[in-house]
Amino acid sequence: MSGIFLDESIILLDLEATTKEEVLTVMGKNLQESGLVEESFTKAIVARESAFATGLPTKGVSVAIPHTDVEHVKQKAISVAILKDPVGFGVMGDEETMTPVKIIFMLAMDRADDQLTLLQSLMQIFQDEATLNYLANEDNKANIKKLLAKKLDLSFEGGEV
Amino acid sequence: MKQVLVACGAGIATSTVVNSAIEEMAKEHNLKLDLKQIKITEVGSYEDTADLLVTTAMTKKEYPFPVINARNFLTGIGVEDTKKQILNELKK
Repeated sequence: MSGIFLDESIILLDLEATTKEEVLTVMGKNLQESGLVEESFTKAIVARESAFATGLPTKGVSVAIPHTDVEHVKQKAISVAILKDPVGFGVMGDEETMTPVKIIFMLAMDRADDQLTLLQSLMQIFQDEATLNYLANEDNKANIKKLLAKKLDLSFEGGEV
Repeated sequence: MKQVLVACGAGIATSTVVNSAIEEMAKEHNLKLDLKQIKITEVGSYEDTADLLVTTAMTKKEYPFPVINARNFLTGIGVEDTKKQILNELKK
């Protein structure tokens, strides 16, 4: 996995929340409890999301990719949350529009320059309606981890990482 | 050589993907570009030199160069139109 931490402990299913701040706080605190990010991470990611929204109206269900600066991160990781009911996130690059987000990929990045392949693999998932629908409805964390590891790993082959 | 700014909120995630897509486009069309991957808050310091801003973050500010929204590079929806838009600006 190229040193990226992805574990069942940071995959959250049926997360119940009514605001994006709530979602980000639960996910951020969980990363912090796992020792993957600094205490400052949660506050930073909430602030970043409100300044620069990361909601993406993808085919089928919408996703969001909250992230923040590298200094708040100890170990590169991806935390995934499937929300019980969609929560409104601002659309990236569009201040007026909200999108009902069902799947969150929270990116904890520890370096600015070595994640192109990972990001490109993630984008491929965003463009794959069947995979997004699978993730939105799967209730087994092990299956989600397996699928993501496969999707992200496969694309590493032949990549430049 | 045209200077193209690629910007997002943090300057580390989405701009990385967009930057690489534009690099590929430039190669494909034999265009030499001066690509700068930056945070959106840094755009001001390139105001006098840049020819185009491609960004996933919204800017309220008006710039003396065209601004193209690059969200489509992430979702794949309508990405061909966005690429055409960028190419048109680069060939001007």
